[in-house]
Amino acid sequence: MGGYILRRVLSTLPVLAIVAVLVFLMLRLTPSDPAAIIAGDYASPEQIEGIRERLGLNEPILKQFIIWISGVLQGDFGESFFYKKQVAELIGERLEPTLSLSVITILLVVLVAVPLGIIAAHNHGTWIDRFVMGFSVLGFSIPVFVVGYILIYVFAVTLDWLPVQGYQRIREGVGGWLLRLILPAMTLSLVFIAFIARMTRTSVLEVLNEDYIRTARAKGQTEIKVLIRHALANAAVPILTIIGLTVAILIGGVVVTESVYTLPGLGLLTVDAVLARDYPTIQAVILLFSFAYVLINLLVDVAYTFLDPRIRY
Amino acid sequence: MATIDAAPPVPRRRSVWSTVLRNPSVLFGGSIALFMLIIAILAPVLGTRDPAEINPSARNQKPGYTAMVRDDEGKRIQVKYHLGTDSLGRDIYSRVIYGARVSLIVGITVAIIAVFIGLIIGMIAGYVRWLDGIIMRFMDGLMAIPEILLAIALVSLSRAGLPAVVIAIVIPQIPRVVRLVRSVVLSIREEPYVESAITVGTPTPTLLFRHVLPNTTAPLIVQGTFICASAILVEAILSFLGIGIPPEVPTWGNIMAEGRTYFRILPHNILYPGIALALAVLAINMLGDGLRDTLDPRFAKRF
Repeated sequence: MGGYILRRVLSTLPVLAIVAVLVFLMLRLTPSDPAAIIAGDYASPEQIEGIRERLGLNEPILKQFIIWISGVLQGDFGESFFYKKQVAELIGERLEPTLSLSVITILLVVLVAVPLGIIAAHNHGTWIDRFVMGFSVLGFSIPVFVVGYILIYVFAVTLDWLPVQGYQRIREGVGGWLLRLILPAMTLSLVFIAFIARMTRTSVLEVLNEDYIRTARAKGQTEIKVLIRHALANAAVPILTIIGLTVAILIGGVVVTESVYTLPGLGLLTVDAVLARDYPTIQAVILLFSFAYVLINLLVDVAYTFLDPRIRY
Repeated sequence: MATIDAAPPVPRRRSVWSTVLRNPSVLFGGSIALFMLIIAILAPVLGTRDPAEINPSARNQKPGYTAMVRDDEGKRIQVKYHLGTDSLGRDIYSRVIYGARVSLIVGITVAIIAVFIGLIIGMIAGYVRWLDGIIMRFMDGLMAIPEILLAIALVSLSRAGLPAVVIAIVIPQIPRVVRLVRSVVLSIREEPYVESAITVGTPTPTLLFRHVLPNTTAPLIVQGTFICASAILVEAILSFLGIGIPPEVPTWGNIMAEGRTYFRILPHNILYPGIALALAVLAINMLGDGLRDTLDPRFAKRF
């Protein structure tokens, strides 16, 4: 198993390298001149040339890449054109809202979607099943921001139960922090609940036809135990795969949700950076999110070996 | 005397399309999608006002508001704003109707371009062995960047406009098509009829076009439908975030972005384009589900 994990870890390295090259090239392929953007509207050509020299933009592209990537590996993403400070520092400030939102969303998804899928599979073919499936098709099609505004309208504007927008840092009080994240997390989780409930239902249904389920029932095991200990345990691998793969959609959803609820996280930073054509920040955020995506899928793959001892590579 | 048994009656071969058209998802999703297409085409007839027309005296009005405006000849006529107006006094109803045009154009264009480019790259990857590794590692890298983020990064590279948005949405979709085509090519290569075609000396282009290409049609129609739905969604997201198609163009995302400021008092600016968007995405996804179940049963088990 150790050998497999090592090989799996090593196999992500080329992907990460290609992502880094792609993200780097994207910035270099822009028609606009970064030096001119940094210098501002009133700079002389000499000043622009000076900045270009300082940033190493006159170097050959391969050398520029090496300079950039060695900076990135040391946590130095360069200086933001727009905020005029280190991108790494900027990201540090914006990390908390994004992480909070993602963690609460994933918890919500797992707590709601998996039971929903099991219930649907258990009541296969009944109205409960059809209701869960219908809800999942619907949840999959309503865009995140539409969900967000509907929830705001119902819970914040009409009922006035929850705050509309904004964020409170966790050290300023856990209650206020959680209160402001309820609506964003509900918004973001809907599409995943739909997706994962559907996937759980399919996986559990497949497992429910197996002989060992019949055996478990025959020996008088309670249905709850059959569903959780036998069915879910065996259906866990495909469910986990889907959770890993949907992280990409989660990241996209984070950007939109933060924008709807004005949460000052990495998603909002991305949008602001694009509006300001702040390329170092765009580069850093894309790189960070992609690495997170690859690493989460790596963790998922490694988790398989623990969840399903039959998997041997 | 030998009796000749009557040959068993040859079962009438039903065409694929008649099976497809019996599928409830295809029927339901397809009808809604067709309905949207008709709305988009007939937008100039159905729209009551010019979608870009600004009427300062009718700003931020609720649905059903009526006002007197001067028509082209200067006569005063009564106009009903069925779905209210936005903060510039533009008619939401007409803008939503015209928005269907932009969304469908983006969805269909993206699907066609992504499928076409993906098909070419996928066939090369599946057929030219030494290029396979390079192409697929590159595609893995592209796929490791979350779709919406890649689109966001790509729109930042050039001036906002319809072509830039289409390209930004196409690129993240290409690897998915490439993977699909490549996997079909790889499985077809092993088929006995392809091996025999190779043995009798069929030239590679003929082999690709006559034997490989037809096998990719069904999965690509299915994939193209899903890409279309996804593209409509991503376009709306980009416009909503204010980084997509320029704000004066009536797109569903732009109408919603505009409606954000007064959302508390005038939720209809977000609600109606939102319903239109959700309905379009739902319909096209259902169409895709139905097509996958009927055209491409091999892939039906995959989620």
